[in-house]
Amino acid sequence: MNDLPVSFSEILETLTLRGGVNTNAVILGTTLLGIAAGVIGSFALLRKRSLTADALSHATLPGIAGAFLIATALGYSGRSMPLLMLGAAITGVIGVACIHLILHHSRLKEDAAIGLVLSVFFGIGIVLLSLVQNSKHGGGAGLNHYIYGQTAAMTHKDAQLMGAIGVFASLIAIVMLKEFMVVCFNETFARATGLRVWLIDSIMLGLVVLITVSGLQAVGIILIVAMLIIPPAAARFWTDRLWRLVLISALIGGLSGYAGASISALMPRKPAGAVIVLVAGAVFLLSMLIAPTRGVIADSVRRLRLRARIAIDHVLEELYEREHGASAGHPIGSPVLLRLIALRGWITKDTQKSTGQYTLTPAGRTQGQRIHRNHLLWEQYLVSYADIAPTHVDWSVDQVEHVLTDELIAELEAALSKRGITVDQLPGTQANGASA
Amino acid sequence: MSSSAFQTFLILDLLALLAAIFAALSCGLLGNFLVLRKQSLMGDAISHAVLPGLVGAFLITQSRSPGIMFVGAAASALVTVMLVELIKRLGKVEPGAAMGVVFSILFALGVYLLENNAARSVDLDADCVLHGNLQNLFWTTTPSSWSPLLDIQSIQGMPRAAIELLVFRDRFIAPVPYQIWTLLGTTIAVVLFITVLFKELRIASFDAGISTVQGINAGVIHMALMTFVAIAAVASFEAVGSILVIAMLIAPAATARLLTDRLVTQILVSAVIALITAIGGYALASFMGVNAAGMMASISGALLVFVMIASPSHGIVTKARNQRRLGNLVAIEDVLGSLYRLWETDERTTRAGLLTASGNSGRMGKAIDRAIASGLITLQGSDLVLTETGISQGAAVIRKHRLWEGYLVDQAGISPDHVHDTAEQLEHLLDPPPSVIDDQSTDIHTDPHGKPIPPK
Repeated sequence: MNDLPVSFSEILETLTLRGGVNTNAVILGTTLLGIAAGVIGSFALLRKRSLTADALSHATLPGIAGAFLIATALGYSGRSMPLLMLGAAITGVIGVACIHLILHHSRLKEDAAIGLVLSVFFGIGIVLLSLVQNSKHGGGAGLNHYIYGQTAAMTHKDAQLMGAIGVFASLIAIVMLKEFMVVCFNETFARATGLRVWLIDSIMLGLVVLITVSGLQAVGIILIVAMLIIPPAAARFWTDRLWRLVLISALIGGLSGYAGASISALMPRKPAGAVIVLVAGAVFLLSMLIAPTRGVIADSVRRLRLRARIAIDHVLEELYEREHGASAGHPIGSPVLLRLIALRGWITKDTQKSTGQYTLTPAGRTQGQRIHRNHLLWEQYLVSYADIAPTHVDWSVDQVEHVLTDELIAELEAALSKRGITVDQLPGTQANGASA
Repeated sequence: MSSSAFQTFLILDLLALLAAIFAALSCGLLGNFLVLRKQSLMGDAISHAVLPGLVGAFLITQSRSPGIMFVGAAASALVTVMLVELIKRLGKVEPGAAMGVVFSILFALGVYLLENNAARSVDLDADCVLHGNLQNLFWTTTPSSWSPLLDIQSIQGMPRAAIELLVFRDRFIAPVPYQIWTLLGTTIAVVLFITVLFKELRIASFDAGISTVQGINAGVIHMALMTFVAIAAVASFEAVGSILVIAMLIAPAATARLLTDRLVTQILVSAVIALITAIGGYALASFMGVNAAGMMASISGALLVFVMIASPSHGIVTKARNQRRLGNLVAIEDVLGSLYRLWETDERTTRAGLLTASGNSGRMGKAIDRAIASGLITLQGSDLVLTETGISQGAAVIRKHRLWEGYLVDQAGISPDHVHDTAEQLEHLLDPPPSVIDDQSTDIHTDPHGKPIPPK
């Protein structure tokens, strides 16, 4: 990678669609396909059909090889794109039908059905491919390219067709948005409102077939499914709303198509399908890391914060209990933790006694008292409402006291006061004190 | 087989066939647990995901030793399993999509690295990754040199048996390429894994909760299984390609599952199916001159389709036959029941009358003929009349029907005018619950509509 075979101006030219006619058409077509795959993939993901699409794409191989064999046997050119795509679509749909047949007529489950169709159809395809290679027309057939995809071999007409199919599929998906949404989220409800779920599912499948088949030449059989799965899965990290999911997914899909096709146009050795998927994969990993609520970083920060809060709570509670001679004898936290709490102004180092011990500041005392009170409240609630023996409550209380919200505390107080128990006369204090 | 044909087989085909058999066996055996746990696609994911591991290990170490390749592949299999778990947890997507994301990204990475100049020398090409390279397994020494390679000096004074052993080693053991040894070792390891940990694997697969209660950590068993799937995938990968790995991880076990309900039997049957697939696929591929791995995958599919249709216990044919038999039985019982109801009130009907009353189904017509043929009904003029046996069988049907009606009204609290249709179905399939017959307090002489219940 250190010796880029292209100059900066070439890169700029390609990216701004000022390269050759073919290059432009391929980049534009792949971008449109990426957008369409992102849109339709969102519905496939929500409908839990992602891997059905994988089986479908693998099942197109025997169709491609079969169409070639039949066409050449009848004396036509086997390399006509529409013909190969038709063959691909036919066996792809047969593959999906086989999944349904296996599910309905045997005890095998969906995972096995998908895996079976995927591997067996692809195996049949490989056998047919070697027949093509053995035949006298075979050598230059180049059908192998459909497995991993090769944008370099595409003419601008191929690319235009691909782009047009992408636009068409996206439009249908947008028109059907409401129906798709209902079926994805609540199938039973959709049925009850009189929607023909099978019809909507079939249209969705038809769109997936369109995307798969038209993307074969650029991205290839093995990786086309990635364009349907990765963009919506990445978008899922950013939002819970469907239309935003579709939009973000379309963006990611389009970006991957654009960037992948450009890179592979600049560096012809790079397999376009793999590059497109890697771009999408990079966006996915980035989303997984930095997405605001679901991302790994946000998730870790949240966990860390919670753990820190719990640790601080424990220290304050312990110090408060020591002040009132009711300590359970828990150890005080590590020096680092203590310094952290001191920074917040809840504790100070005891300078008078010069023992290096920490004492609570007034603010810290209020905090400690609150935590102690929550602890007692929850403990009392467990004893009087959940019928847990007083000797057994401590463990679960230590976990729950940190996540009690203000509303919950108010409820607890109300519930306990109804039984005439106020927080001041709680037996917990004595019990804990006695055991210390 | 003439001796020269045998020699050709020995030289050209034996190694490839052995590799195919070992690969099919090791994957096929492990597949039983994947299919059982509904994790077939984890095998799919792992077998795709080992590619970047293989290529990556080569790029880092510039070595093509099997050990290093193996470590790389195992590492990427492990990454796959962990990433899938992470994405499932954080991304809130279904497991299938999580798997799809991980394995397609990793596979794309593998393809990218592979197509890059640097990795050209791995002599793995992208197509071989899918359908393997069985035809390229050769003896490491050429057949013409299959003569004793022993150093005469060193064997002087050795016992004859020891010399023969050395000859055997040099002739047949030493020239076997490492892939065969790896595959043989993997197969043995898989067989040991399954036999030693059979109990644990079975419990963890059927019910992770019970397994944990019994002190068997289902998570650890899961990881162990995934590790072995990765080992089998890596060992088989180079010889037979990822597509056959996936087919062998799923098809033999799935096919066996349609033949038996017992896990031990299923595992044994799956091994036999894996053998048949490997040998049959290889033979057919050689005969037709096509790709062997692809042919084996096709054969495994053909076997599955055949078993799905013809399995004696779970096949479509058996199910259809049982359904038809049950349908015929129900139709005859309905005919007898209807005639019995008429007999109770001394009425009669003709064939046409009965057919009209029962909605003119063709099945009813056949049932009437069959009942006449087996002496349950006789024809008096054009009237259908029950014989003695016909009356007692009709009585038995009506007894069940009315007992069920009684049960549904008395004990299930259904109103009397709603019970007929349910009883109509139950009478053919189930005896009335014993509580109805044994319970002395229930009136078992009349049904809710006041009609008499025929005695037994």
